Amino acid sequence: MTKVLERLGHQVDYPEDFTCCGQPAFNSGYWDEARAVAEKVIGMYRSAEIIVGCSGSCGAMMMTFYKELFHGTPLEAEAKAHAAKCWEFSDFLVTKLGVTDVGAKFPAKVTFHDGCHGLREVGLKKQPRALLAKVQGLELVEMDAAESCCGFGGTFSVKFPMISSAMGEVKCDSALKTKTDYIVSCDASCLMHIQGLADRQKKPLRTMHLAEVLAKQ
Amino acid sequence: MSTIAQTFKETARRLTRDLRHRSLIQNALGKYYVGRDEKKGRFQNWQEARQAAAEIKWEAVNHLDTYLQEFVKKIEARGTKVFWASTGQQACDYIVEVAKKHRVRSIVKSKAMTGEEIHLAQALEKSGVEVVESDLGEYIVQLREEPPYHIVFPAMHLTRHEISDLFNKKLGSAPTDSPEELTMIARRTLRKKYCAADMGISGANFAVAETGMISLTTNEGNGRLSTSLPRIHVALIGIEKVLPTLDDLALFLPMLATVGAAQMLSCYNTLIGGPRQEGEADGPEEFHVVLLDNGRTRLLADAEQRDTLHCIRCGGCLNVCPIYKNIGGHTYATTYMGPIGSVLTPHLRGLMEWKHLSFASSLCGACTEACPVKIDLHHHLLQNRRNAIRCKSPWWEKLIFQGFVILMNRPLLYRLGVKFGWFGQKFHGLIKGTKIDPMYAWTQSREAPQLALHTFKDYWRRRQS
Repeated sequence: MTKVLERLGHQVDYPEDFTCCGQPAFNSGYWDEARAVAEKVIGMYRSAEIIVGCSGSCGAMMMTFYKELFHGTPLEAEAKAHAAKCWEFSDFLVTKLGVTDVGAKFPAKVTFHDGCHGLREVGLKKQPRALLAKVQGLELVEMDAAESCCGFGGTFSVKFPMISSAMGEVKCDSALKTKTDYIVSCDASCLMHIQGLADRQKKPLRTMHLAEVLAKQ
Repeated sequence: MSTIAQTFKETARRLTRDLRHRSLIQNALGKYYVGRDEKKGRFQNWQEARQAAAEIKWEAVNHLDTYLQEFVKKIEARGTKVFWASTGQQACDYIVEVAKKHRVRSIVKSKAMTGEEIHLAQALEKSGVEVVESDLGEYIVQLREEPPYHIVFPAMHLTRHEISDLFNKKLGSAPTDSPEELTMIARRTLRKKYCAADMGISGANFAVAETGMISLTTNEGNGRLSTSLPRIHVALIGIEKVLPTLDDLALFLPMLATVGAAQMLSCYNTLIGGPRQEGEADGPEEFHVVLLDNGRTRLLADAEQRDTLHCIRCGGCLNVCPIYKNIGGHTYATTYMGPIGSVLTPHLRGLMEWKHLSFASSLCGACTEACPVKIDLHHHLLQNRRNAIRCKSPWWEKLIFQGFVILMNRPLLYRLGVKFGWFGQKFHGLIKGTKIDPMYAWTQSREAPQLALHTFKDYWRRRQS
């Protein structure tokens, strides 16, 4: 992601102390603990003009859920200001910068998985596809179940592994039918789940983050 | 973990491995999606229709006291007897009493989820009355002595062969593969029941305040027969079903049909405003409306989740839910299954016993996207989780998340943790996927991701220097 942004002429900074947005605690019902982590994140990015993240899910946490998490607390205004500065990577390129061609070249057949948080909380659908369409040599083949959940769902995947894995199987089967080289997505966590399941079940699937594709030249 | 939660997990484990079940449900819903999207396309603007429906429901639910009184005043004026039931028990007692008073021996019941909610059929049967479900799907699951599998499609988990076997066993009919013949077998049996019944029970899809009428939707005409042939008609209605005006039905009937059954309009839409009036040739002699609270006013008091009362029981959220599609309707073990059930059940039956349903979700949001009245379903699941943890959190989990805060808020510790993880992972293979593996919950069915020795942070540091 930094390579692509710098290629486009932007100055990128990264607060080395950044660790996590706090979503695991938030999704598990531990909102006090999530707030403790989120507070630190907000402070860390206070001076940033724009915050770009390469995860629809973490993006949704900062853009949507921080507002809910800090609702009625002294940090509410700041959480809102923080949310307003946040962008998901593909959305930032296409919507904010108006760029679809980042000069990437990747001769492969890929299918795209819409991560749920990116799709439904952030509104990512056309943006990543617009970017993929401009990658030289790349062919996108849509799978039937592009919009259906891969089954990860954070702590859900370990609390209800049987349901989570069954959902992943449906996803993998749908992707396999496209006979593509890679499943590309805006969320590393979905890809980790899909890859983990495919590897265990010896299904010939390879996953790749959109940023990795766009960085190829 | 409560026994209910334990049973949920065990049943879910069994059904998620059942590939026949998975493909059965996938196939059934595959046709539904095509039909639903085609019908959605016939709305001028589906998103605006959703918004309008949500606003009407918001108005109705936020002024429920006014609209309910208007509805009752108008429907009573035509001779309807109205009973306000605070609890399911009160509603059951009242209906059993009405049946006793009129020496009712047999009842035909058209589909009503409120009836399932308060176990009405069981209460009536206990008092010695025969209750026959008249909706085909409901009739099938009644013969199987099991609850409905889905709010709208109660028998969607069964194949025609299974239904044929069931009819053969219970009704003595000849085996057949034809859905039409199966329907005719049920129809022949049910016709006799309609004629013999002294009482008909229905729910209501909507209650129109402006005109004091209930609106009933079916596809088989069983609603009309159940409510007009017998001497007495009892309608059991959740108080949230009220709509302000008759015009509202112009939006809600096609919307319910579209999302509920992939139809432009259901086959039979009936408005009932009272018992048989003077000079009328048909209709029941007595009409009772039982308005059911059963926890709904508690939900009304919850500003955060009040919109859950918008629900029109279309089942649209079930049809898109990847959890529902994998574990099926019975696994939830509650009246309302799927996403709406996971949100609603903790309110109706108690958070601590039913919280597991709110945790059993990947929070993908497909339900919220599908909901025609825009209930914020997946966010309500998050709120239920928060409320459950506030009430009582497992000590070990609390400890994990306190540890999570310490690790995440101390970057040096975090970095050390990642390096330790990388080192530890080298030995992971020895125990991977076994019960002593600390990552067993993940590795029982998936490979663990490989931690990188050189992380992005390392790359960034090198670059900066």
